Order: sequence, then C-alpha cells, then structure tokens
Amino acid sequence: MIKFIARRLLLLIPLLFVISVLIFVILRLGENDPAMSYLRLSQIPATDEALALAREELGLNRPLVVQYSDWAWKVLHLDFGRSYVTGAPVSDRLLFYLPNTLYLGTVSLGIVLVLSFPLGILSALKKDRWPDHLTRAIAFAGVSTPSFWLGFLLVYVFAVKLKWLPPMGMGGPRHVIMPAFTLAFMSLCINMRLIRSSMLEQMNTRSVLYARSRGVKEKWITGYHVLKNSMIPVVTAMGMHIGEMLGGAVVVEIIFAWPGVGRYAVSAIYNRDFPVMQCFILMMTLLFVLCNLAVDILYAWLDPRIRYGTGAEQ
Amino acid sequence: MTFIQNMAKKKLLWFAIPTIMMLLGMALFAPWVAPHNPNEVNLELRLMPSSSSHLLGTDHLGRDTLSRLIWGARTSLGSVFVIVTLVLVFSLFVGSIAGYRGGALDSFLMRVCEIFLTFPTFILAMFLIGVLGMGMINVILAIFLTHWAWYARIIRGLVLSLKNRDYILASKVCGTPAWKIIFRHLTPPVLAQIIVLATLDIGHMMLHVSGLSFLGLGIQAPTPEWGVMISDARQYIWTQPELILYPGLMIFIGVLAFNIPGDMIRDSLDPTLVEGDL
Repeated sequence: MIKFIARRLLLLIPLLFVISVLIFVILRLGENDPAMSYLRLSQIPATDEALALAREELGLNRPLVVQYSDWAWKVLHLDFGRSYVTGAPVSDRLLFYLPNTLYLGTVSLGIVLVLSFPLGILSALKKDRWPDHLTRAIAFAGVSTPSFWLGFLLVYVFAVKLKWLPPMGMGGPRHVIMPAFTLAFMSLCINMRLIRSSMLEQMNTRSVLYARSRGVKEKWITGYHVLKNSMIPVVTAMGMHIGEMLGGAVVVEIIFAWPGVGRYAVSAIYNRDFPVMQCFILMMTLLFVLCNLAVDILYAWLDPRIRYGTGAEQ
Repeated sequence: MTFIQNMAKKKLLWFAIPTIMMLLGMALFAPWVAPHNPNEVNLELRLMPSSSSHLLGTDHLGRDTLSRLIWGARTSLGSVFVIVTLVLVFSLFVGSIAGYRGGALDSFLMRVCEIFLTFPTFILAMFLIGVLGMGMINVILAIFLTHWAWYARIIRGLVLSLKNRDYILASKVCGTPAWKIIFRHLTPPVLAQIIVLATLDIGHMMLHVSGLSFLGLGIQAPTPEWGVMISDARQYIWTQPELILYPGLMIFIGVLAFNIPGDMIRDSLDPTLVEGDL
C-alpha cells in the first residue's frame, strides 16, 4: 500500500511540471501582451517607452525558457508575482481567500455524503416503491438544474419570502447553508443515482447469493457485503464530483457574494490580471489532482485488485 | 425492466421529444416566432408585468422577455451545436490517427489527452477565456478545448478494436492509403457510436455555456442568452423574481429534455446496469 502511494506521489512531479509549462505557454500564446495589460491596469499611458520599460520590469524580454524557469522557481517558493491591479503579492490574496472556498467546499462535500448515502440506499432497498420513485425523480431533475438558478430560487424562497436565512455574504453558520446546498445539489443527485444502481448491481452478484444460502442475515448482507462492494464506483466518481465542485464553487461564490478564490479569480479575468489567473488555475488544478490522488488511494484500499494488479498503471 | 418502468420511460420521451422539437423550432425560427425584437430597448416600459403585448413582461431595459427567451434558444442550442461538431471532428481526427498509427505518435497524443483531462474542466475553460478574451467564439473554443480529449480517448479505443478486423486488413492488402481507410472504413462505424455519446453531453454543455455566460465570461450582454438574462436580473430578485425564474426554467427544461433520451441511450449501451436507471 505504501509502495502504491509512493509511486502515485512520484508520478505527480512530472505531471505538475507539464501542467505548469502548459499554463505558462497558453498565457504567452494568447494574442494579448502582458505588458499592455500591466500598463492599462496601472493606468500608465501606453507609449513605446512605457511598453519597453514594462517589458523590462516584467522580464518579458528574456527567452521563454528563462522566463519559465524563473517563474517556476518562484512558484515553488509560493511567490506568484504581484497583481497588476493592486500591486500586492498574488499568493497573499489567494491564500487569504482559499480557506473560505475550502470551507464552502467541505460543507458541500459533507452534505453530498450525508444525504446521498441514506437516500441512495433507501432508493435501492425500496426499489419500485414510492420512496424510490421520489428520490429518482428528484435526482433526475437535479442533474438538469443549473446551480445559478437553484441558488436564486433558494434566495427567493428562504431569504426574500421567508426571511429565514441571510441572502448573501459570509458570517455565522447560517450563511453557509444555502451556498453549500446549491453547490452540493448536482453532485448529490448524481451520487444518489450511482449508489442506487451500484447497490442493485451488487445485490445480483453470486457472492450475495452465496451469503444468503449460508444463512447470513439480510441486514448484514446489505449493510456489509453489498454496501462495501458498491462503494467502488461511488468512490471513483467522487474525484469527478470534486472537479465539478471546484468549478461550481466559482458560480456559487458569485451568486452568494461569498469571499472565496473563485470570485477573486473572476474579477481577475475581467481585468486580465494574469498573475492572479495563473496562480488560480495552478492552485485549483493542484487541489484537483491531490483530491483525485486521495480518491485513488481510497479506491485501492477498497479494491485489492487495483493495488496488486495491473490496474495501477492505468 | 418491469412493464411500469417501460411505460414511465415512454412517458418521459413524450415530454422530451416535443420539447426538443419546440426548442429547435424556437432556435431556427426565432425571428418569425418572437413577438418583438429581443434587443429593442424601451425605457418607458421597463420591468412591466405580463400584459397582452408583452406576455411575460419586460426586463430592466424594457426588452420583451418572451422574445429574449425565444432568441436565447438560438444562442444556446446554436453554440452547443457548434461545440459538439468541433469536438467530434477534432477528436475523430486525433483519435483515429492515434489508434490507427499507434507507436510513438499514439503515446504522445494520449499523453496530451491525459494532460487536458487533469484540469478541472470549468476552471480550465475560465482560464482559456481569460487568455482568449470573452465573447461567444471564445466560449465555444474554450468548451471545445476542455472536452475534446475525453472523446479522442474513446475514439482511439474504438479504432483500436476495429483496425484488425478482416475488412480493414483486406483493404490494406489492396493498397488503400491510410487516410482512405480511416475516412471510408473506420470513420462511419466510429461516428455512429460517438454521436450517441455526444447526445449524452448536450445538456452538460448547455450548462457550461450558460454558466460561463452567467459569470459574465461567456456570451456578452446584449445578446439574448439565458445565463446572461439571469445575471442581468439578479438585482431585481426582490421585486421581479420572475425575470430570474423564466430563463432558468428554459435552461432547466432544455437540459432535462436532452438528458432524458441521453440517459436511455446510456442504459441501453451499458449492459452492466441491472436496471434502466432514471
């Protein structure tokens, strides 16, 4: 197991290298000139001398390889440069907002896990009866609901009409309920359906038949044999949910004026504040890759075939 | 599958197909169906409730909401159609070359796909828009660039499974050039399967387009687009919540209508699922 984890961690290094090169190249490939954006945002008139000076200052005159290695070296020391808009170090701002985003994301992930398991299991156990029909209908509708619409519907009902919850901003625990639920809803619905179909599939396997014929109690069969094996696809899908949630968090932060990294990044994109954008995508991708790694490890722990078999090379 | 479930699914199709037809009709015939010009600003008629001349009322610039919703179908479906076409053409190109040629080119192309797949899609799309600039063409490009890799991988797999079939080998022996084999003999069967997969994704892509537009990064303001309409209407949530309700309902119904047949296709393709899972 330790070997497996070590190998996966080592594989991260070339992956992150390529990702950082790609991000760097994409930014340079764009038809926009970072020096121009810099001047525009610092409100310096874009004369030829000013441009040349800005290029000098930002180090844009040097060969790309030098620029990249310089940038990468600084990134390794968590120095992402200064924002073109405020002149403040980018990493300070982003690290300042990151806990808020993580807080929102963790609560949402919690909601997904806490609600999708009982509902999915209920749906599988009561197959074709009304609880099953109800959860499936909700799940199917939920997969098609845009979060930026659901968020406003919730605001309208619970903040405007009922006045139970604050409509926006961050504060006490009551502030996080609506944003977290909005963010969780789609993953929750996907997960519910997945748990249901995965459990139904497992119930038909021969191992369950064998357990039944051995006289194992039905509760133990569903609670242990079926549930444990049906977790495997659910865990795999978790990695995908985290990716969707990182993107969804941006939208939710905008709806609820939640002071997270996504909201900061969107304003950076409006302003073409390249250092901030660079830092944002690198941070989110790293987070995504690490979450997927955690999922893979969990997956290998659940399914020994992956740990020892050829699956690890996939 | 029980009889009742069968019937329930058919019933859903009775909802999905007419809805898709209606949306397509709205998209194709928007100029004739819409009662007003969607961009006609009339400040005297701002934020009107529904009336006989403006069935769903007007927005903060006095534009007719119904007309904007109808034109929104054109924007939304049109951009998704272009994205799907781009994704299919490009991934078919990359996937069949990788699968057919094999070797170093194949492993290189597949590594490229893997790199694209390591990014969270929505975030990468945001970043690309940040670099390329906002607007419809760049949104289409960004969503295309974030989705092709997945398809290219599947197509490569399909090509690999087909390329040693007898009919391919026979035409190779006859001296048919590689491009002709790919184009004539490999593309048709692969395309048939991959189009099915693409229909599963239409709803998802619609959500991406309107999500980015809602953030103000996608399709830009005067263009009637559902995500933009919700973003425009957000400050009127206290007084005119229906301005948020209607465009969201359009997105919801549209995505739902495309997801229903998509889901059925998935069920029929995936024999490992015990039940049709709706």
